[in-house]
Order: sequence, then structure tokens, then C-alpha cells
Amino acid sequence: MKEIDELKFPEDVYYSKDHEWARKESDLVTVGISDYAQDQLGDIVFVELPEKGSNLEQGEEFGSVESVKAVSELFMPVAGEVVEINGGLEDSPELVNNEPYDGGWMMKVKPAGADPFAKLMDRGAYLAMLKG
Amino acid sequence: MRYMPHTESDIAAMLAAVGVKTVDALFAGVPATCRRQTPLELPPALSEWDLDRHMEQLAGQTATAPDYKIFLGAGSYDHHIPETIKQLLRRGELYTAYTPYQPEVSQGTLQAIYEYQTLVCRLLGMEVANASMYDGASALAEALLMAIRTTKRRRVAVSRAVHPNYRRVVETYLRPTGFEIVELPYGPDGRTDLALLADQKGLAAVALQSPNFFGCIEDLQAAEGQIHADDATMMIVAFNEPLAYGLYQAPGRLGADIVCGEGQSLGIPRSFGGPGVGLFACRMKHVRSMPGRLVGRANDAEGRRGFVLTLSTREQHIRRERATSNICTNQGLCALAAAMYMASLGRTAFRQLARLNFDKAGYLKQALQAAGADLPFSAPVFNEFVVRLPQASSARYRRMVEANIIAGLPLAADYPELADHYLLCATETCRKADMDALVEEVTR
Amino acid sequence: MIGTTGLIFNEPLLWEMGAEGRTAFSMPARDVPEQPVDAALTGDGPDFPDLSEPEIVRHYTRLSQWNLSVDSSMYPLGSCTMKYNPKTNERQAGLPGIADAHPLLPVELSQGLLRLMFDLERWLADITGLEAVTLQPAAGAQGELTGMLIFHAYHAEQGRPRSKILIPDTAHGTNPASASLCGYAAVPVPSGPDGILDPDTVARLMDDETAGIMVTNPNTLGLFEREIRRVAEIVHDRGGLVYADGANMNALLGVAHMGAMGVDVLHLNLHKTFSTPHGGGGPGAGPVCVTRALAKFLPVPRILEQDRGFVLSNDFPHSIGKLHAFYGNFGILVRAYSYILSLGPMLEQVSQYAVLNANYIKAGLKDDYHLPYDRPCMHECVFSDKRQLAHKVSALDIAKRLIDYGFHPPTIYFPLVVSGALMIEPTESESKETLDRFIEAMRAIAREAETDPELLHQAPRNAKVRRLDEVQAARKPCLMG
Repeated sequence: MKEIDELKFPEDVYYSKDHEWARKESDLVTVGISDYAQDQLGDIVFVELPEKGSNLEQGEEFGSVESVKAVSELFMPVAGEVVEINGGLEDSPELVNNEPYDGGWMMKVKPAGADPFAKLMDRGAYLAMLKG
Repeated sequence: MRYMPHTESDIAAMLAAVGVKTVDALFAGVPATCRRQTPLELPPALSEWDLDRHMEQLAGQTATAPDYKIFLGAGSYDHHIPETIKQLLRRGELYTAYTPYQPEVSQGTLQAIYEYQTLVCRLLGMEVANASMYDGASALAEALLMAIRTTKRRRVAVSRAVHPNYRRVVETYLRPTGFEIVELPYGPDGRTDLALLADQKGLAAVALQSPNFFGCIEDLQAAEGQIHADDATMMIVAFNEPLAYGLYQAPGRLGADIVCGEGQSLGIPRSFGGPGVGLFACRMKHVRSMPGRLVGRANDAEGRRGFVLTLSTREQHIRRERATSNICTNQGLCALAAAMYMASLGRTAFRQLARLNFDKAGYLKQALQAAGADLPFSAPVFNEFVVRLPQASSARYRRMVEANIIAGLPLAADYPELADHYLLCATETCRKADMDALVEEVTR
Repeated sequence: MIGTTGLIFNEPLLWEMGAEGRTAFSMPARDVPEQPVDAALTGDGPDFPDLSEPEIVRHYTRLSQWNLSVDSSMYPLGSCTMKYNPKTNERQAGLPGIADAHPLLPVELSQGLLRLMFDLERWLADITGLEAVTLQPAAGAQGELTGMLIFHAYHAEQGRPRSKILIPDTAHGTNPASASLCGYAAVPVPSGPDGILDPDTVARLMDDETAGIMVTNPNTLGLFEREIRRVAEIVHDRGGLVYADGANMNALLGVAHMGAMGVDVLHLNLHKTFSTPHGGGGPGAGPVCVTRALAKFLPVPRILEQDRGFVLSNDFPHSIGKLHAFYGNFGILVRAYSYILSLGPMLEQVSQYAVLNANYIKAGLKDDYHLPYDRPCMHECVFSDKRQLAHKVSALDIAKRLIDYGFHPPTIYFPLVVSGALMIEPTESESKETLDRFIEAMRAIAREAETDPELLHQAPRNAKVRRLDEVQAARKPCLMG
């Protein structure tokens, strides 16, 4: 596993305490897990995602990610309706390891509520959490 | 004692290394309040030779062939087991090996289980099979739980023609979680009556057994149409006697979603009911919901083919309370026996043996009919069927027992509506002369 | 080093061999004519390969030679109790009056077998100090399920079904999985700094919604749960029950009284403590012992001794029902019965030597490996890879290198409370010489970790295959051929 300084944390996303990220893309929010999370998990073998149309609260469990020897639950960084999931992860779960913020995106959510990012952290705050 | 190597001088040297004076001192952490107040009340140790005599004396009290002619099936079947299998299973590398968690030193077990999974798929006509469950009964219970998990529905239907003990195990497994079980009756032909299904909505699964407990072959093709009218409902087909699929169509080819049952017929001695082996197979799309261990192919660091336990995240040691099941052991050695048996028979002989079983039971059936006996169920059978004996049949049954003939299983205890009915079984081990003698006794 | 090179043959898969028409089966002569069959229902039969008898024997002989086994090597797997599997047990299980016994014979025709079960129940009751026993569960995990079903039935009868159960963080994964099958939510109980349960923690978590607690004693750190009576008291005071996972019973034979500890329900693993073989992953057996008050909930049928002999009775209206199609893994019960008869009261030596062996290993390794809890252990001891991690060598690497020294690895990464755990249980079967060789091997590996970590990353080198790509196996599962 890598040191924090070796990992990537883009500026254009918000981070949750459970290591998910959320990026605003017009009126939707794209969700995935951070470079730290994928590094901790190791080689990912399977990603379990919710059904399109599911309505979930912020902090609610939306799926799980599996390595050979471990499972981690995933929690909604924002509340809303799942409008799209990344079907490519079924054949290539390694995208989450290799491109956690790009090809490894997990789902697109239509956010409920006015300011979905209010409770999330920016890059600086997330880094502080990881190092602290 | 010969199982423990420790000598006085071993013990002295070891105590010195540990730094205590006596072995008892190592138990100082056990408070007096937690200890036994009396010594173990076990019989004195028997020498190997006295143990042999004692066990022979106990075992000698059991009625077995050839002294007794036993026409019993009902979930436990008398089939010939090749000596090769018995001897191969006595290899210490097979039976004293552990679960193959360290694949580099367990390739024998792992390849054997991979082969078992494959042969089970081919036998049942399914896409994926696990490394086995405890027995046919718990396999059925787990199949219903899997259907409940997968469909997220809470009601299942189970045929009354499923083995009564399997139904009891299913009730035991499903009771605490409050899932509802609807019973489907059987019809006058001995097959499940699916008419009730028309009124049922939102079932997670419908479970039939074929051959069913009465030995009757269910009309799985028709059943599939009715069950899958609701395309979310899963069709579960259970079995007690897998040899039937050497003659009759495999349930997987008729649209079953899960096929599960008892594999004892496949090279495993009856042993008073256990250990057996629970065969369990489903469709690939449901594999992540499937309970039990799975062996898969893998390449090693030098590109050589090997095998590993895989998809382990379904299981208890990783997912703990959210596992697909709590199962830890499979029935390893029994699965191995079943694989050896299927491989020993091979395609050609498996079909021949199945046909021979069918013909033996068929002969007994027509001989009984010719002698005037009443055979109430008209559905086709495999190697078991129900006969109805005239009044006072239990006295006649007892007389036959005294004459060393076990004329099937009385059904009254499990099916009060079937008093005076008996479930007879004839496998390849039954001789024509013994069947003729049975017919004579029964119809006298 | 213990190993040499040997002849390890490659062997194809069954369907990569054979030719149509071959068989390894002696078809019985036919003495009845063919009967008419309904062609609409028949199929083509399964697509099995056709193989001759010599091919079958060679196939499985070669496969067996790829396996490590207790017969060939020490398996210091913590909480598995990989003791010697006596050969006389196999003889007894193979006797015709046992192997060929049909379970549904009229009871008067299987009295010897019913007596065997009846006596085994009594002996297990004496060994555990819990009066009533069922032999039906087919494995430890099924025994746990039985225990949870008994909890459920008990609380239902009390009119107050409960929804939670306390489970220590050192528990085996089957514990929460079994509880969950009964609809109980697992509430984790953190162990104290000394590795055992702290009564105050239990008191804080125990309430009227909690069905009880599942404990393992000694726990998976090999430590005796000193406070077990106090913990039991706290749970009982709030109307809960105490379940004990008996996986570690090998430490306590002839010593502990589970009933006196406050345990209400306990399962045993015959394939651990009572020498029945592991079989490459089963079959096992998981009898359950309960207090007299809970006996009415035990699965049916139960064996009763009457004037006319032994009978099987279903007349227990409060029974939880059935777990197994018949009476359990009888063939396994026979082996345990035979083992207990072979040892008699000497069974207590089993625990004495098991505990001595574990402490001897602990003493031999503590200079080279980090010992998270430096206290006398019972039948197993837990080290961690902490020192070796400094050289980027993990518990996994240590385990894989131990294979090259001719030992099966210990349990790794369990219990979860110790990071990089190495759980070592030698059992009483191992001689001092074997233990010395094991200690020497572990010390050598500790030195290799410092001087040549890459050697360990590449281990094992002497087994049939090198490390396997489990990631690809899970990403693209290939589960049949």
C-alpha cells in the first residue's frame, strides 16, 4: 500500500468520510471511491451497485466493493436517485483501481435537496482527515 | 497412549523451556469456579483389540443384506460401491487433508472438487455447482433461502411430495425469519398438484422433488410453464436419488433455476443416514448469491494451471453476518466419493445402471400388479413406488420383518391419509428371486 | 530443511482423458427384462467421461500426491485442532453393520447403533458438564445454527422475542453468520486490552432486546476467558442466554465445566477435538449440548432408553425441529465414539499435552516474532507479523515460506483483533522433535525476512504450483470445465 503523498486527490471533487467522492456534472452528481480507498482495498474483483431508479439517503449503503479477501460497504455521499450505473465495471472492476476518478466512476445520481455537497469535504479537508 | 508421543523426559525438557514446574501450572488461568469437581466419567480405555470386538458386537446387531432383504429407499439407497473408491478414499493425503485454504499444497483436493462441480453440473443440466452442502435436506433449505434473498420476496411453495424430513428441515430453517411456506398437495397420480399456484402471487420459489418421495417423476416441463408464468419466481427441483437422471431428463434442461438434493447414491455408504452429500447447482447469473464453497481455475506465477477457492467474499469467514450462509465445512470427502463414482461409471455405464434400476423396480411393480396388489399412483417412477396393502397390513409387515424381509417404508406416520401404504425400493442390488419372494409374502 | 524433491506428476482433468465405452464399474448381471419407459420424459444422460479402472486409480492417486495432509505433515492451524486421525476409527466406520445400515430400519433392527448414539450423548454430556445432547448437526456451523434456533425458541416461549446478540470481536465468522440466519443483529463486543472479555463492556451492551452472547472459551487468542462467570451472570440477569462455541475444547478436556461457567448452549466440533478426519473440507459433525432447562428445544428425533430397548421419539412438542434429513453424520459419530473409547479418562492428557505443546512453541518463538499478548496461552498462541513488516514481509509471506520447510501454514489474519495474526495450534499429536523442527523453521524464516525478503515474496518454491492469481480467479470465475 502507498503513502498518502503518493496518492491522487483531484480538486474538482468533494470527499466523504467513508472515502467516496462526488463530482458535479451539470445537474447530476457522479460518484466513486477515492484513490486512498482503492489502494487500501487492493485488487478489486467485484463491484455491487444499486438498481437504476433507487432512491437513497445521504450516508445510506448503496453497494459494496470486493477484493479477494475483503468486502467493503459503500455509502452515498449525497442523497438522491440513481439514474445511471457504470456497466463497464462488471467486466473490468480493475478500472476502480486504475482510474478511480475517471473510468472507475460508479454511478450518476440526481441529487435531492438544494446543496448536496454541503456536508462533504474538499481536497484539503479530506487530506487532513487521512493524515490526522 | 499411542496417539500422544510425550515421554517423561520430553515433558521435563519442555517444562524447563516454558519456565514452569508442572503441566498443571499451565492451567493456573482457569479459576476453580470454572473447573470440574469430579473426574471424567468415561469407561476405561479399550485396547485396539477390545475395541474391535466391542464395535463388531454393536454393529452385528444391525439388519443388513444378505441376511435381510431390505426394500427401503426413502432418501437412502443401496447401491454397489466399487472397491476402488473405498480404497482411494483411504489415502491419507485425501482424507486427512484440511480445507484447501492454502492452494499450493492442496491442488489434489482442489482439482478433485473442480471436477466434482463439473460432473454435478453435467448430471443436473446446470451452469454452476458448489463444492457441496451437508445433505439434500439442508441443501433444499438453503435453496429456498437463496431464492428469498435473490427475489426479495417472503413466500415459498413446497410440494407435499417432497421428502417429509426435508420439509421439516425447511420449516426449521425458515421459521425464525418468518418466511411463509405454502404447501402444494399431490394429486391422485402421485405427482404434485400445481392448481393452487394459480392463486399465489409473489412467490420467491416453488420447490418440487423429482423423483418425488413416492418415487414418481414430476411433469417438470408443465410445471416450468406454470411456475415461470411469474418470471421472478424461482423453480427449485430437489431429489433424493440422482441416479434417476441417468434415465430421465435432467431438471436443468427443463428450466429449473436451482437443482439440489442428496448425493448419497453416488458411491457413499448409507451409514445410518449420514454423512451424505448435498448437491447444489444454479444458474451462473445467480452465482454470487449461492451458498457454499466454490473452486475455480487460476494460473500460478509461472503460468501453470491450478485451482483455488474463489468468490470467497460470499462466505462467513469474510462477510460474517451478511454471508450467503453460515456454512464452513462442505462434505469434502463425500463430494470426492461422488466424483469418483460418477467418473468410475462414466456416461455409458451410468445410463446402463440407471436403466437397470428402473427395470428392477419395474419388474417388482408389474409382478405385484399381476398378483393383485394395489398400486395407487399412476405416474412413471424410477426405482421406488408406493403399494397399498390390504387391511391389517401392519401385522403382515411385522410377520415379514420376522422372516427377515423389510417390505418398504410404512407411510402412515408421515402421510396419515396413506395408512396401509408402503414405499418400496428396488435397486441394482435386488435379485429377482428376492423380489419374487417379496411378492409372494405381500400378496399371500 | 525437511523437503527433498519428489516425483510430482501432472494429471489432466477427467474429461481430458478417457474414450467412449470405457468404464471402471462392474455392471451386475441382469436378471429382469427391460421394462417400458415413457420416452417423453427421458434424457440423454449426463455427459461424463468414460474411464477404465486403472485410469481412475492413477488419476486420484496422482491428485492425492499433490496434497499436504496430517498424515504427512504438521498443520499448526489455530482453532482447527489438526490432530492425528486414528486408523482404527476408519475400520469401525467401515464395518458392514454400520456402513450398510439403512436409517429407517425398524428400531429393533438397529439397536447397536442407537446404543452407540445414546452412549456418545452421555459421554459428551459428562465431558462438557451440560446435561442434554443432540448429535444431529452435521457441522460446527450447523451446531451454531441449532444453538441460535434454541435461543429463538426459548425467547419466543418467554413471550419476548429478542433481536440482537452480543458477539466478541475475536469470534469466528460462523458466529455472526449463524446468528443472522435466525434474524439476530450482531452487536460486536470489543475485547479488553488483555485480550479477554471485560464484564463492564458486556454490562454496557447487554439489554432486554439482546438474546444473549456467543463466546468462545478459550478465545481465539488462546486465552482463557477469566471473567466468563461474571459475563454469564450479567447476561442471565437481563434474561439472556450464553452460547459457547466449543471449537477450542481441546484445551479444556477433563479441566473445565461448561455448565459451571454459566454456559447454556455449546457446540462441539468432532472433526477438531474428537479426531475425526477433515476430509479436505468435511464431513464433520457439530453436536450441541444444553442445560436441562433447554433440553425440550433440542431437535428430534431423540433417543430414549426404554424397557424394550432404544427407540427414536419425535414426541417433543417444543423441539426446534430438524436440521438433518436423518440423525446427523452417523459415520462421523462412530469415529468420535471409537476415539473416546480408545482414550477413556486419558482424554484429559490430550488437553495437558496440547497446552504444553502450544506454550513450548510460544517460548521458542517469542524472541523472533511479536507476541501481542505475553501471557500463558492455552492450546494455541497468537503471534503477529509486526517485526517482519519492517522488512516488508507479511504474515502471508511467512505462511507461504513455511510450506517450503514442509509444514502447513498456521492460520493467518485471524483473529481480526490482531493485525497480521499468526495463530498456531500444534495439538497434542506432535512430538517434541517435530515442534523443535517447526520452531527452527520459523526462526530461519525470521532471519530470511531480514536478509532476503524477496525469497519470501516468491515462496513457496517447492510445492506443485507457485502462488496463484486469485484476483483473476475472482474477476473472471471459471467454475466448471
